[in-house]
Amino acid sequence: MSEKTPKEIVVEFMQSKAKQKSKFYFNDLAALFPDMKQRDAKKLINQLVNEGVLVYWSSGSTTMYGLPGTGKQAGAEGEE
Amino acid sequence: MPKHETPLLDQLQSGPWPSFVTDIKEEAERRHKNEGKVEYQVPVDVCDDLLGLLELSYTDGTTHWKHGGIVGVFGYGGGVIGRYCDQPDRFPGVAHFHTVRVAQPAGLYYTSEYLRQLCDIWEMRGSGLTNMHGSTGDIVLLGTTTPQLEEIFFELTHKMNTDLGGSGSNLRTPSCCLGESRCEWACYDTQELCYKMTMEYQDELHRPAFPYKFKFKFDGCPNCCVASIARSDMAFIGTWRDEIRIDQEAVAAYIGGELQPNGGAHAGRNWGPFDIQKEVIDLCPTECMWIEDGKLMINDRECTRCMHCINVMPRALRIGNDRGLSILVGAKAPILDGAQMGSLLVPFVKVEEPYDEIKEVIENIWEWWMEEGKNRERLGELIKRQGLAKAISVVGLKPMPQHVQEPRHNPYIFWKEEDVPGGWDRDIAEYRKHHQR
Repeated sequence: MSEKTPKEIVVEFMQSKAKQKSKFYFNDLAALFPDMKQRDAKKLINQLVNEGVLVYWSSGSTTMYGLPGTGKQAGAEGEE
Repeated sequence: MPKHETPLLDQLQSGPWPSFVTDIKEEAERRHKNEGKVEYQVPVDVCDDLLGLLELSYTDGTTHWKHGGIVGVFGYGGGVIGRYCDQPDRFPGVAHFHTVRVAQPAGLYYTSEYLRQLCDIWEMRGSGLTNMHGSTGDIVLLGTTTPQLEEIFFELTHKMNTDLGGSGSNLRTPSCCLGESRCEWACYDTQELCYKMTMEYQDELHRPAFPYKFKFKFDGCPNCCVASIARSDMAFIGTWRDEIRIDQEAVAAYIGGELQPNGGAHAGRNWGPFDIQKEVIDLCPTECMWIEDGKLMINDRECTRCMHCINVMPRALRIGNDRGLSILVGAKAPILDGAQMGSLLVPFVKVEEPYDEIKEVIENIWEWWMEEGKNRERLGELIKRQGLAKAISVVGLKPMPQHVQEPRHNPYIFWKEEDVPGGWDRDIAEYRKHHQR
């Protein structure tokens, strides 16, 4: 069995929770990579954002991560 | 004739103070006149609709803003705060009304050219409304639409050599007092350190991965003009290790009334002759000053750098020569748990390039907070939860008297087994030889 790529791990995790949640804290994602240092996990997740796999969602005080197009926000604003 | 009737807002204008309603109305009028022939990129009636929406909120007793969103510029996770209105049909001008945070120059030094450029960008690509150095401290540009964000970002970075500030779970735009550029009390170059730390931690500023917000503030002396001790998760406050320099002649001149106390700041009213005993010595929080043979004496060992005597008699008393800064951690506003002031973490560190000692403290604290901090938990709350002793140990310091606010009360620092000779085990028979049951 081949190792899952970080991208698959993150996407799979988000999809498995998609019914309850569309946005996740950085800590929730970093917990998926327990062997990784936080700052390395950050680089990896940033990379996924740059690739467009994830999007930032910011309230102004807190930032969360989500899959593009999920959650109410994207639809409600009419600008997917 | 205004676009929307706003009787409730109009009432706000009747008070004695300048009114934001008046300001917004003026801007609305200016936009309609458009004397500068600006090619507006957002609706011309954005200010009218803003007033209309606010009036509706007052009438309904509820907000019509939807806050937050996936807006931003490419590569950055902060700097733009999405805002949308939930009545876009009635108020199309504010259907999108995003906020852009722009990093302020260190010490808030501007050229009029810079401000003009900033306003030109915002007239054209935004509502024209700004909020300079409010609670976030940075330049806040209020109200634009999503398609304008990249344009604004390009112009700010390429034409004005300015960056976006921090928002979200980021390092927020660091801020500093004007420091050595104008102030003789500055114990280190605040602008330099603020700039260097901003450049060093670009990734933390723009790409969010903290549990919550994190703020740095740099104050040159304990007067704390940027309120670092109260407003920042990590405060860098200038201090000195040696003695306050005393010019006894100038002390005599203050006593004799030749020099005005407080630099003449309270001279608008007659407070009577200057009384050094009442106005300085008796107000010293550690009671470490006295007059002996007509000379002012200070027991510097007891001085807590409250700055009062120096503020009152700036010609007579000056900061010491062996200068550096103290690092305090954990201040925050009262969203959870009430407001907290910073706690002293590092009593003294020299401020010398390349600032490795300071960076080490910052990075160790971040590592701990990122690992242990719960979502939306500020550093101050983590310190409360796990104890200041833990914070002290993660930066590799040993507890020292300066960490203790008062004996047997704060903070709880316990012996560790490895710190005790022989550990917890002892020869009970040997002990009983000297101590009866």
